[in-house]
Amino acid sequence: MKHLIATTALASVALTPIAATAAECTNDTWNRIQERGKIVVGVKADYKPWGFRDTDGSIVGMEIDMAQDVAETLGVELELTPVVASNRMQFLEQGQIDLMIATMTDRADRREIVGIVGPNYYTSGTNILAPKALGFSSWDELNGKPVCGVQGAFYNQIIEDKYGAQIVAFGGSAEARQALRDKKCVAFVYDDSSIGSAIASGEWADFEMPLASEDDSPWGLAVPKGEESCVFGRFMTGMQYGWHQDGSLIEWETKWGIKPTAYLQNLNAKLADPVAE
Amino acid sequence: MTGFEAFFVQLAEDFPRWNFIWLYDEKQAGRILSGLWMTVKLSFACVLFSLVIGIAGAWLQGARNRILRAGVQGYIQFFRNTPPLVQLLFFYFALGQFTPVVTGPDGWTEVPVISAAGWAIISLSFFAGAFNVEIFRAGIEAVPYSTREAAEALGMSRTQTFTNVVFPLALRVSIPALNNNLVNLVKTTTQAFAIAVPELLYESVSVWNDFPSAQNPTMLLLFVVYLGLVGVLVFGMNSWERKMRIPGYGQ
Repeated sequence: MKHLIATTALASVALTPIAATAAECTNDTWNRIQERGKIVVGVKADYKPWGFRDTDGSIVGMEIDMAQDVAETLGVELELTPVVASNRMQFLEQGQIDLMIATMTDRADRREIVGIVGPNYYTSGTNILAPKALGFSSWDELNGKPVCGVQGAFYNQIIEDKYGAQIVAFGGSAEARQALRDKKCVAFVYDDSSIGSAIASGEWADFEMPLASEDDSPWGLAVPKGEESCVFGRFMTGMQYGWHQDGSLIEWETKWGIKPTAYLQNLNAKLADPVAE
Repeated sequence: MTGFEAFFVQLAEDFPRWNFIWLYDEKQAGRILSGLWMTVKLSFACVLFSLVIGIAGAWLQGARNRILRAGVQGYIQFFRNTPPLVQLLFFYFALGQFTPVVTGPDGWTEVPVISAAGWAIISLSFFAGAFNVEIFRAGIEAVPYSTREAAEALGMSRTQTFTNVVFPLALRVSIPALNNNLVNLVKTTTQAFAIAVPELLYESVSVWNDFPSAQNPTMLLLFVVYLGLVGVLVFGMNSWERKMRIPGYGQ
């Protein structure tokens, strides 16, 4: 046993990448973007209206507009890589993408893995898309019932532990929605703003978002962990700050038909430029 | 908390990448074990059914009825030449809509008589079965024609010849190729992940989605467990092969 533990400890030491020390900024990603003249951004392709495929197959959405603005500010070309909830952090870690803007909720355990830099560009809560026929009125009614979800969403565990729902998690939201339409589950758990857009689109006539949203959580975009407090991380902080101040985020929200959120309004007011006319 | 568990709790603190959470957290351990059990059940059922399909198909390939023969051929071409993942999604989402359903207690959900795991077993068995038919055909064609003639000379019917002479010999020739296919089949059960069958990969991904720090250990675990599962299968097949050895045949 002792021997095993010693071996495991040794192995884990050997396998652990050298912890990034805050003191040293190599700015690898930043430099690579400049050299290539291209930034690769990981976005969602199945998350209307933040990132989804248009009828011609190209990826569009609010987060794509953000990525476009980042690329233009850097003066480089933009390349989009579709990611899903369960692989987005890994893609960023491995350097397959330089930047991730993929509807990710900002959480403490995620901050240990990727460099999530503030100020958060959006917030949303958790809610369910459920058939009107079932008339849910409280979260507790989900107890013991099958609820469709998406692999990689942080609230799956919360809904399971807190309310006893049986989460059936699919790889993407398209499959989960299809399963709900096929009546394989009583509800689809997702973030409230996306459900709001889905209902507004008119494709879910017999469905509703009946509950009070839970866990209002900030969303975060992420740079590689090593770049968090270096040029790239600081630059992305500045970008987000700018979007809040000049109202870009509110504009995009309107453009993509997302219900206005108090969070963006408040921050925009708070950061109002006292000198500008 | 035992010393063993305490060690891994400490390890997770020292190395945030190496959180062996399922070694000290009962709930996560339960998830992994339930996933493993599901994978074992899937593998067992698929191996069994694909063998049945393989044997039946090989037998029908030698049928006198041309329509039957064409049917088997069509089945093989269809299942061998389309990706198993596409088959799985098609079965579950498309065919799943035409199966009878039992309305759940809430009056809205419709529980199909065939569950997601059921569809996974059906689709994977058909997929592997198509290969097994061809594997058995190769074995049957390896049986010398003179042996078949000898059986006929003894007055055996076609069925008797197949069950008593041709198939037992063909099986021995088929085992190595069969081994390959069944190993592949066990590994392919991970595709059931796509239709949310809670097998080992599904549970592992769920664990590392909930605890990003547990990703590396859980991936390691996946490798080790599949090596073990496939190891058990190969060991079983090999000992079976040795037991079935006929002196002077195929050695």
